[in-house]
Amino acid sequence: MNTQQAQPDSFVFDSASEAEIVVALSKYPPERKASAVMPLLYIAQRQMGRLTGSAWVPVVAMDEIARRLGMAAIRVYEVASFYTMFNTKPVGRYHLQVCTTTPCWLRGSDDVVAACKRATGITAFGETSADGQFTLTQVECLGACSNAPILQVDDDYYEDMDGPRTVALIESLRKGERPPAGPTINRSGSAPEGGRKTLMDPVHSISENK
Amino acid sequence: MVRVIVDGTPVDVPPDFSALQACEAAGKEIPRFCYHERLSVAGNCRMCLVQVARAPKPVASCGFPVSEGMEILTDTEVVRRARRAVMEFLLINHPLDCPICDQGGECDLQDQAYGYGTGISRYHEAKRAVTDKDIGPLVKTVMTRCIQCTRCVRFTTEVAGTPELGMVFRGENAEITTYVEKALTSELSGNLIDVCPVGALTSKPAAFHGRSWEYKKTDSIDVMDAVGTNIQVHARSGEVMRIVPRVNDEVNEEWLSDKGRFSIDGLKRRRLDRPWVRVHGKLVEASWQDAFVALARRLDGVAGYQIGAVAGDLCDAESLCALKDLMAALGSPNVDCRQDNAWYDLTSREGYLFNSGITGIGEADVLLLVGTHPRHEAPVLNARIRKRFLAAGRGHFPIGMIGQPPTDPTYDVTVLGDGPEALGALQAGGSEFAEAFRKAKRPMIILGHGALTRPDAAGIYAACQTLLSQGEAVAEGWQGLNILHTAASRVAGLDLGLVPGLRGRSASGMLRGGVDILWLLGADEFPVDKIGTETFVVYQGHHGDAAAARADIILPGAAYTEKPGTYVNTEGRVQRSFRAVFPPGEAREDWRILRAFSEVLGKTLPYDTLEAVRERMAAINPVFRQGGGGLQPAAQIAGQGTSAPAAAASVSAPEGRVEAGAFRPVVRDYYLTNAISRASPTMAECSRVYGPAAAVAAE
Repeated sequence: MNTQQAQPDSFVFDSASEAEIVVALSKYPPERKASAVMPLLYIAQRQMGRLTGSAWVPVVAMDEIARRLGMAAIRVYEVASFYTMFNTKPVGRYHLQVCTTTPCWLRGSDDVVAACKRATGITAFGETSADGQFTLTQVECLGACSNAPILQVDDDYYEDMDGPRTVALIESLRKGERPPAGPTINRSGSAPEGGRKTLMDPVHSISENK
Repeated sequence: MVRVIVDGTPVDVPPDFSALQACEAAGKEIPRFCYHERLSVAGNCRMCLVQVARAPKPVASCGFPVSEGMEILTDTEVVRRARRAVMEFLLINHPLDCPICDQGGECDLQDQAYGYGTGISRYHEAKRAVTDKDIGPLVKTVMTRCIQCTRCVRFTTEVAGTPELGMVFRGENAEITTYVEKALTSELSGNLIDVCPVGALTSKPAAFHGRSWEYKKTDSIDVMDAVGTNIQVHARSGEVMRIVPRVNDEVNEEWLSDKGRFSIDGLKRRRLDRPWVRVHGKLVEASWQDAFVALARRLDGVAGYQIGAVAGDLCDAESLCALKDLMAALGSPNVDCRQDNAWYDLTSREGYLFNSGITGIGEADVLLLVGTHPRHEAPVLNARIRKRFLAAGRGHFPIGMIGQPPTDPTYDVTVLGDGPEALGALQAGGSEFAEAFRKAKRPMIILGHGALTRPDAAGIYAACQTLLSQGEAVAEGWQGLNILHTAASRVAGLDLGLVPGLRGRSASGMLRGGVDILWLLGADEFPVDKIGTETFVVYQGHHGDAAAARADIILPGAAYTEKPGTYVNTEGRVQRSFRAVFPPGEAREDWRILRAFSEVLGKTLPYDTLEAVRERMAAINPVFRQGGGGLQPAAQIAGQGTSAPAAAASVSAPEGRVEAGAFRPVVRDYYLTNAISRASPTMAECSRVYGPAAAVAAE
C-alpha cells in the first residue's frame, strides 16, 4: 500500500479534541496510557472529519498519538490498520457503509449497493465519488440484522433500506440534510412494521391491568 | 521441578517450562515456526500442536505451561493429522519458488513440510501476493513468502529495541511491514535473516550468491568489536560468502552485529596481496625476499629506541606476540597496542577488563554508562543491556548515562551530564539515580573509550572507583567497574604487554615523530598525516587503507578469516578462531611474516609452529594457556586475577583530576570503523543510509 499518497505534512489536535483526550486518558492509569490508543485514533479521525470534511487518520496523526502515548509508531499503525472503522486513507464527506453479510444480503443489500453506485457514480467498493462527497465501503455484519438491510452513513444506521429509499437518502445528504437515523419504514426500532402485531388481547394490555 | 510424562517417559522440568520445552527436555522434536527460544511466545503458527491427556483438542505446546503429572503425547494420529492440517494452511499462500529462494536448503518451512506435511497438494485457488518492502540495504524482503510468524516483529521490538516492524491490516490482508517505507535503524538487523524461518527476509548483499550446502563452514571469532562474538565463516572456493553467528550464551547468545555480518565484501576489496617497497618516492611491487632485504638494510645500524611498533585493532594475539618479541629482539621499548592513546590501569588485569562479565549484565541492578554508547560500540552487548532492562520491568533497572547518546540507546536512560564533572555530582549524592546507585547490591559502571582516551582518563577511572566504593550494599565478590573495549585486539595486546617499556614511547609519541622507523601492524585508526615526513613506515596488514598509502614498505598480512588466531574479548575471554580461507596472493599469516623477517635480521624468533607461538604466549601470560578454542565456553574465562606481565606493570596508575568538557562519541560512524568495513561497499551503502551524513541530511 502506498501510504505516502495525499498525506498531510502535519497534524495538531484542536481544543475540542484536546478536551476529549483528557477524558480518554483519565480512564487509564498513567503508566498504561497506551490503552487509550483507540479512543485517540477515533478523536483524530473525527477531528479530520470536522476540519477537512474527510474523516480519516493520516500517518502524522498516528505519529502524534504514538508520541503522546509513549509507544512505537508502528504499534499505532498496527491498531489503526487492523480496525476497519479507522480510515487510513481519505474518505468522502459521507462514508456509505453497506452491510452485505448474509441477513442483509437476503433482505436486499444488493439493491442498496446498486442504488448507492447509481446515485453517486461510484463503480466499485472502496472508491470515492468524483465530487468527493461519498465513499462506498462494503462492511461485514453491523449487528442490526432485525432491521436488515443496513446502510451506515458515518456513525448513523439507516435501517430497512431498499433501492429507492437509498437514492432518496443520498440525494438529501447531497443537499446537506441529515435525515433522522433509524428505520426508514413505519416501525419503531426493531418493533413490527405498523405497530404491535402480537399480544393484542386486552388481558395483556398494560393499561387495563393497572 | 515438575514431573511431566512425554510419550510415556517421565521427565523433570522447571515449573516455568512450557510443554514444548518439556518435550525438548525429553528429547522429542516439536516442529515450530513462531516459537523462538529468545523471543516472547506468540503462539500463532500452531505448528507445535501436541496432545495433552484429558485436553479436548490438541494444544499449542509453545504457550502451554507444564503442570505436575501432565501427560503429553507428541506422536499420535491426532497430532500427526493436526500438523498436516496446519502445514497445509501455512502453505496455502506460500509460493512454490523454492528453486529461486535464497532460503532454500536451510528453510524451516521446507524441512517441516517434508517432515510433517502431506505429500499431495489440494490448492486450486489463486495464491495471494504481497508487495515487497524496502527495509534498507541489508535485508531483502520477498513478502509473499511470509507465513506471519511475527518472529521479526518480536525481534525488532524485544531484542533490537527498534520497534519498526509490525503486522498491519488483518486476516487475508495481514502483512509484515514498516508501514511507512523506511530502512530499519538497528545495528542487529542482520539477525532478522536468521530469525525468519522462511525466505521472506534474506540477505540483500548475498542475494542469489550461493546455497547453504555449498559452503565450507569454519568456526571463528568476530573482530569488528571487542565482544568476541562467536561466528561461523561460510566459504566457497576460497571466498568468504557469508558470516553467521554461533550460539554462545555467555557471549553473544545467538546474535551478530551488522558490521560483523555484512563487512565481508570488504575482505575482497583493496587487499594487499604482495609486498611493496617505496623506491624514489613511489611504491613498487616487490618479492618477499626483496622487501625483507630492503627493510633489513634500513634497520641496519638504527638504535633500538629509534624503532617503534604500533598494533592495530584487528590483530590476533599470535601476531601481537611475535611483534612484541621482534621489537624486544631489536632492543626497542617502543611498542603500543593503543593507537587511540587510551589510558588503562595496568597494575592488574581487572584494570582493563569488563569485570562483571557480559552475563553479569543480567545480574546488575543499576548501570552507569560513562563515555560510552554501547549501541554503536558493541551492539550485541547492548542487546544484553536491553534484555536486562526489559526483564527488570519498568523503572527497576535504572540506567544513568554520562555523555549525550548520539542515537536512542534502546532503553530508558537518565542523562546525568555531558562530562566527567557529573561523576562528582554522583559522588555527592542527592539525585534519585545517585541514591539508587548507592543502595544497589550489584552496581555496574561501563567505562568507555569516550572517557579513557581523554587526558584525564586516570581521574575519571579513579572517580568511578570511588563511586563504587561508596556503595552501601555491594554484594560479596561483585566487581562493578567495566571497561568496554572497541578494539578486538586490545585486551590481548594488554595481556601480552604491548605497552611501552622502560622509557618507551607511547603510540602518540611514536606517531608524532619520536621514532625513525615505525612498524604499523594493521594500525589505521589514527591521523596518518601526523606521521613525520622523515619517519620510515612499515605497514604490515591486509588492507590498503590510509596507513598503507603512507608506508615505505608494505608487508601483506592475513585478515581474520584467513588465519587461525587467538582473540581476547573485552571481558578477558580467550577464544580461538580457525582459518576459513587462504589469504590472497602473496599475503601470509602475520606472525609468520614477523618470524620470517626475524630470521633475515639474524634474530630468529624462537618458534616455528602455531603451537610454539601459543606456548610463548602462555609463557608471557598464563591466561592464554587455558584458552582451548571457541567451543568450550566454560573454560574460556581464564586467569581472572592473575597479574599482568611485568612490562605492563611498569606503567603505573597516575592519580589524576578530572577536567570539564563533554565526552565525545567513540564511534563516529558505526558502519565505517576499520579497514575491512571501510573497504566494504555494503558498509558504505549503510553509512550513506544511516551514517552521520544521512542524519544531517534528514534534519
